[in-house]
Amino acid sequence: MRVLRRFGGEAIALVLAAVIFLVPFALMLLTAVKDQAQAIDLDFAWPTEWPVVRNLVDVVEARDFVLLRAYVNSTLVTVASVALIVVFASMAAFVLQRRAGRLGSVANFLVLSGLIIPPAIVPTIWLLQALGLFKTMPGLVLIEVAFNLAYAVLLFRAFIAAIPRELDEAAMIDGCTGLSLFFRVVFPLLRPVTITVILTSSVAVFNDFVNPLYFTPGDDNATVQVTLYNFQSQYNTQWNLLFMDIVLITIPPLLLFIFFNRKIVAGMTAGAIKG
Amino acid sequence: MTKQHAGPRLEPGAAAEQQRARRRSAYPYTLYLPAAVVYLVIFLVPTVMAFYFALTRWTLFDSTFVGLDNFRDFLSEQNLRIGFVNTLFYAVVTSGLKVVCGLLLGVLLTSKLRLRGFLRSVVFFPVLVSTVAVGITFSALLRPDTGLVNKALALVGVDGPDWLGDANTALLSVALVDVWKGVGIATVIYIAGILSIPRDYYQAVAVDGGGAWHRFRHVTLPLSWPATYSVVILSFIGGLRSFDLIWTMTRGGPGFTSDTIASIIYKQYQAGFFGLSTAGNVLLFIVVTAIVVPLNYVLGKRQVAA
Repeated sequence: MRVLRRFGGEAIALVLAAVIFLVPFALMLLTAVKDQAQAIDLDFAWPTEWPVVRNLVDVVEARDFVLLRAYVNSTLVTVASVALIVVFASMAAFVLQRRAGRLGSVANFLVLSGLIIPPAIVPTIWLLQALGLFKTMPGLVLIEVAFNLAYAVLLFRAFIAAIPRELDEAAMIDGCTGLSLFFRVVFPLLRPVTITVILTSSVAVFNDFVNPLYFTPGDDNATVQVTLYNFQSQYNTQWNLLFMDIVLITIPPLLLFIFFNRKIVAGMTAGAIKG
Repeated sequence: MTKQHAGPRLEPGAAAEQQRARRRSAYPYTLYLPAAVVYLVIFLVPTVMAFYFALTRWTLFDSTFVGLDNFRDFLSEQNLRIGFVNTLFYAVVTSGLKVVCGLLLGVLLTSKLRLRGFLRSVVFFPVLVSTVAVGITFSALLRPDTGLVNKALALVGVDGPDWLGDANTALLSVALVDVWKGVGIATVIYIAGILSIPRDYYQAVAVDGGGAWHRFRHVTLPLSWPATYSVVILSFIGGLRSFDLIWTMTRGGPGFTSDTIASIIYKQYQAGFFGLSTAGNVLLFIVVTAIVVPLNYVLGKRQVAA
């Protein structure tokens, strides 16, 4: 009886979670592989035709290959910003953790502010325009770096706290100081947390919609999220193409999730609990 | 560990001086420099300048000082004021539901369930999916006649509303989708919190003959307080600032009924009212700090007491 009850409870929990969390994904996949006439129903009927390749080619070719350019743009922005975030945040976190003092408390305060304060949009546009970076990819990269630094510093600082200072001292006796101490001795030890930061910030940057919307308007520098948003109003009759686009955009995070599930979860909880 | 000083003995003051010099050379402030430059220029300067531009009529090229006019507009116009109420409603609903659902899922997924690992992945994955994609998919599911939600409701004899097209349900629907997407973070935070509770407490309850409810009420609930604290703070910050989901699902509509401060900022920016948009940013800044900082203080205090 007890076994039966536990089995029943388990089954109910499983079915509920499956319905609530998997049904939206089922809709995405099914609609993406239907033809236009059937996709318009937006239901869960099994596809009568499977124009998978056609849909794929159509969505890639749409609007003069805007999706391909968007993919290139998104990849470039993600790679560049994540690289800068890792280097800048780990350097700052190292000094922040090792050297207390007045500047240290100011830096701590700024890190916390960075987590809480919503960025001021139009003044940022004004500033980027003054620097000649508005509507440019480098501008967007700098934006992503500035807005994602605080969280990365937090993760790095917590990890560096667990590295004994004796190590720094040993390296200093060998004549390693400053930059070389950090990059040759400490940074290699940060590998686990570096991977975590790379994963969480690349998901954040790749999925970011607000900042590309504000800071790189127009088709030339569009990222995948913005193109998807524009497709929404353009393809209100071609749901198969819209959902094919969604599937294509969901693949990169899905791959990360399959390979690094634990790392991602660990990064997100560690930051939350220590922050 | 003892420190060995090579070379001649130094005066105490000189030793301290040498220590400081060594710290300076080992941990130079120059390591701050790249992060500080980007952060100060791109983030902090605009944040500070916002307080000035919010007081102007502004075209990006020149600005006329108009005092508190923008703020007065924001607080007196019905279409703008509604943003405040909606922002608060959205933040309270999403963080409340994330706490409740996250805690329940956390308890469920730390029990001896056979498909635990699979369920954890399924609950967490939406966190990584693009918000725009989630918004579009749920807009399809919530369509009035053909959407799956209303079809399912029709099966049990309920006539579902036009979720996103009805002023009474639009904001709530978006908030529920936000919970669907974000509850995964709350869940993994609760899982980490629950797993860190020492087993002894549960054994003590078992010795006293307490059941599952007892275990939950007197051990899990109070001792996962640090997790609750994180979930509340995180979802409040996210909820007060949220823009993408609302913008993809309703664009603040129907009318202005589901506008939040963040979506009003975007609308005013699009309309070319840069000063007004920036005033919205300043107000959002004030709302976020006025809520999150005291909340952090109160919850943090309770954490020490617990």
